[in-house]
Amino acid sequence: MSHSYTPGLRVTAQARVRRERRLPLRGEVLLERGARVTPETVVARTELPGNVQTVNLAAGLGVEPARAAEALLVPVGSAVRKGDGIARASTMFGLVQNRVEAPADGVIESLSPVTGQLILREPPIPVEVNAYVAGTVAEVLPGEGVVVETEGAFLQGIFGVGGETSGPIACAVAGPDAELRTPDLRAEHRGCVVVGGAWVSHDTLMQAREFGVRAVVVGGFDDADLRRLLGRDLGVAITGSEEIGLTLVITEGFGRIPMAARTWDLLSERQGETASVSGATQIRAGVQRPEILVPRAGGAPAPSESAEDGGLDIGSPVRVIRAPHFGRLGKVCELPAALQPLETEALARVLVVEFADGSGRATVPRANVERLAP
Amino acid sequence: MSGDIRSILATDCGSTTTKAILIEREADGFRLKTRGEAPTTVEAPFEDVTRGVLNAVREVEELRGRPLLDGERIRTPQQGEAGVDLYVSTSSAGGGLQMMVSGLVLQMTGESAQRAALGAGAIVMDVMALNDGRRPHEKIRRLRQLRPDMILLSGGTDGGDVRRVAEMAELLAAADPKARLGAGYELPVVFAGNRDAAATVASSLGSRVALSTVPNLRPTLERENLGPARDAIHELFMEHVMAHAPGYKKLMTWTAVPIMPTPGAVGLIIEKIARRDRRSVLGVDIGGATTDIFSVFDDPGGAGPVFNRTVSANLGMSYSISNVMAEAGLDGILRWVPFPVDEVELRNRIKNKMIRPTTIPQSLEDLVLEQAICREALRLSFEQHRALAVGLKGRQQARDISDALEQSASGASLVDLMALGLLVGSGGVLSHAPRRAQAMLMMIDAFLPEGVTALAVDSIFMTPQLGVLSTVHEEAAAQVFERDCLVHLGACVAPMGPGRAGHACMSVELTPERGAPARHAVTYGEFTLVPVPQGGRVRLEVRPERGFDVGAGRGKPLQTEVEAGVVGIVLDARGRRPFTLPEDAAARIAKLREWNRAMSLYPREV
Repeated sequence: MSHSYTPGLRVTAQARVRRERRLPLRGEVLLERGARVTPETVVARTELPGNVQTVNLAAGLGVEPARAAEALLVPVGSAVRKGDGIARASTMFGLVQNRVEAPADGVIESLSPVTGQLILREPPIPVEVNAYVAGTVAEVLPGEGVVVETEGAFLQGIFGVGGETSGPIACAVAGPDAELRTPDLRAEHRGCVVVGGAWVSHDTLMQAREFGVRAVVVGGFDDADLRRLLGRDLGVAITGSEEIGLTLVITEGFGRIPMAARTWDLLSERQGETASVSGATQIRAGVQRPEILVPRAGGAPAPSESAEDGGLDIGSPVRVIRAPHFGRLGKVCELPAALQPLETEALARVLVVEFADGSGRATVPRANVERLAP
Repeated sequence: MSGDIRSILATDCGSTTTKAILIEREADGFRLKTRGEAPTTVEAPFEDVTRGVLNAVREVEELRGRPLLDGERIRTPQQGEAGVDLYVSTSSAGGGLQMMVSGLVLQMTGESAQRAALGAGAIVMDVMALNDGRRPHEKIRRLRQLRPDMILLSGGTDGGDVRRVAEMAELLAAADPKARLGAGYELPVVFAGNRDAAATVASSLGSRVALSTVPNLRPTLERENLGPARDAIHELFMEHVMAHAPGYKKLMTWTAVPIMPTPGAVGLIIEKIARRDRRSVLGVDIGGATTDIFSVFDDPGGAGPVFNRTVSANLGMSYSISNVMAEAGLDGILRWVPFPVDEVELRNRIKNKMIRPTTIPQSLEDLVLEQAICREALRLSFEQHRALAVGLKGRQQARDISDALEQSASGASLVDLMALGLLVGSGGVLSHAPRRAQAMLMMIDAFLPEGVTALAVDSIFMTPQLGVLSTVHEEAAAQVFERDCLVHLGACVAPMGPGRAGHACMSVELTPERGAPARHAVTYGEFTLVPVPQGGRVRLEVRPERGFDVGAGRGKPLQTEVEAGVVGIVLDARGRRPFTLPEDAAARIAKLREWNRAMSLYPREV
């Protein structure tokens, strides 16, 4: 019954990580296998089909849809400029001349003989995809993009907002349980990934944005502040495309929660090194967590990022992830097999955790702990 | 085949949990033997739904003490004590079936198309119509953004104007939309519109999408024909969508009948109950991500019982819990909480549940908060259901003088709470509520039933599995449903009418099959639970005071019978239309505590 707990998030000093960098549509891949990349390297490029304008030619000319084609001044497939005449017809025995102009630059894609509707495709929109993380092109996906492989520290957060960015790591507070305050921010944090401890307020976050900080990584954040940040209550947790001027990664949860020691230690060891950060989070159908990648070649042998978590055993380090012991750390000291009644009167599989701060033991549903890396 | 079946294994792959049940035949029929569950494994790092299925079945194996698996496969048929004769499954994992639908007029074919897709078990991402207020290029942009699993294109009555239907098809062709799963296959599109437009639609779309043409879902303004579109959606769901979801290709080879979308299976059961008992039924399935509401009510226009299903895609108890707060507002949730709560703390708790959706309430206060959120999720979902479960708009109605006096119109909601006979709840927060009275009060508070309404819950949340089983072995599904699935809670008696607190509003005489009769005089504002001996039925004679209605008309007595239920008969004179709670926090908390005490809701006062 080792599957009724929440697998912990990955926090590891050395992992081999692969990231697919795909175009939204097929296009041109610019690099070959083995090429070295930095986060900013453009790896693939394409052009998205332009927006579509519809023009009701039949109505505009006052003719039957089936006869609209006869009125075209330029054939289907032609490029036109905004304001160019594209069709002309005379009605009322030639007394009235109707003319239809192109509403935008583009190409005439089709004209329907059934509806008399003309489809004008605007010029394509260029799109580029960058490498996001420093590393090597491990695979080329022909026409679609590349897979970038890197080795280094890999840390998953629990929730984030804001898109991909990168910059040198700077720890701005004294330790994992300190709160990031406005006076902790300095001019040299411009362009950096700033690491706080247990919490950051909305006001401090805004100050960080003013300073040009690219990302803030912190243990906890209040939902009331998230509401201020986004200007609305976040209903469905699909994030990553917010345009808020920086990226925020929460490593532990909502509220004031000290950053896990392992996370803090790893980030402070790597101060000054360039981290790639993504706030993209999706909690349903295609789970995605925010992440911090700190490439460094030549470390210890790197396990793949998808290495599975083991089960819960006596001695496993855990964190409680629900009230009334939310956020507390400890070790599993009992794993009773039988279902046990909770205060709610529900019967659940439980474990007994011995808290790391020496404050004693508590019985907790197994569903309410996450295993931490040893 | 069904005569030879001795044992049945059925799974439901939900968005959070995969549930397995084992049914075995005994001398007196089929019974549920045991149940197991495991986290669903559609996501990374597993990306194979069969892992979760095997884990859940392994738990059933351990609990039942007999082998069901042969390595990494389900053993069929049963040999000796090993394996099962039949394996079936439903699924809503990976976001379920996500569809975009379109019609010509939003309130007519647009609404019919929406009902067809919802009835087939889909989540409707958007409804597009010529009159939906968006300009053509905005529609095209939206179509490109959506990435649905499937599109249902309808519009026009048979023999009507072809040109407008062709226009929608042209927009779709110009957008060239892509499917959500698997970039390498064509997007399935079902055309169920004006039959005269089929050839034109095929010439616009045929080369770009996987087009299926079925009979018109609105052949005339007066008639809906949703069956063929629903069937086509089910078929394409299997062929195109499920075949591209992780691990489903393998799972499909294990099951005896096609995997059914979970809500489609629950809907089947609700329809069957309504047909069997000849009464109006409302069913709700509240999950982690979505809440489905099913109803069967008589059409006042004489069209007979009408089945409707709606899905509230972003109202649920884990993945979508935060959206319940966003839609209901913090005050909406707090009005059900009988103790003061710090707003910052409550917001953080709700978000923490969203980001760690598999956690469960440990403290009583946490349970009360979840049940408060559940009431709002149910209430909001029910509002959406009432808005869509309506008669056909736009039809010509033959009216008599009484219709004219009542100002009845086409498009009125079919949901008539006074006519509702049975309210059935399902989903973790209702099925697994530690006390059945908690499930009962959550449903009463959210749906506010009127008159006399029986209530029940799915004992361990297995209606989806029984729904799909009913398509291949109706007898087994019916027997297990009656004996092991449906838990009768009792009934709610709620008089309708204006009243003043403390003044008499009805008297109720209860005569149980076993035990002595009892009579209760009820005053307006009162809320009482009358426990009755379990098993059998209770005869109710309700005499409303003048101005109050309990289902037979104002001031008219009503005699009826309901199942006794494990909780009892709730006499609810708290008022309706509107149902209000005191504005003052202390008075509100006192009222909530009074009702909680009346229902013995919790082991201690919270």
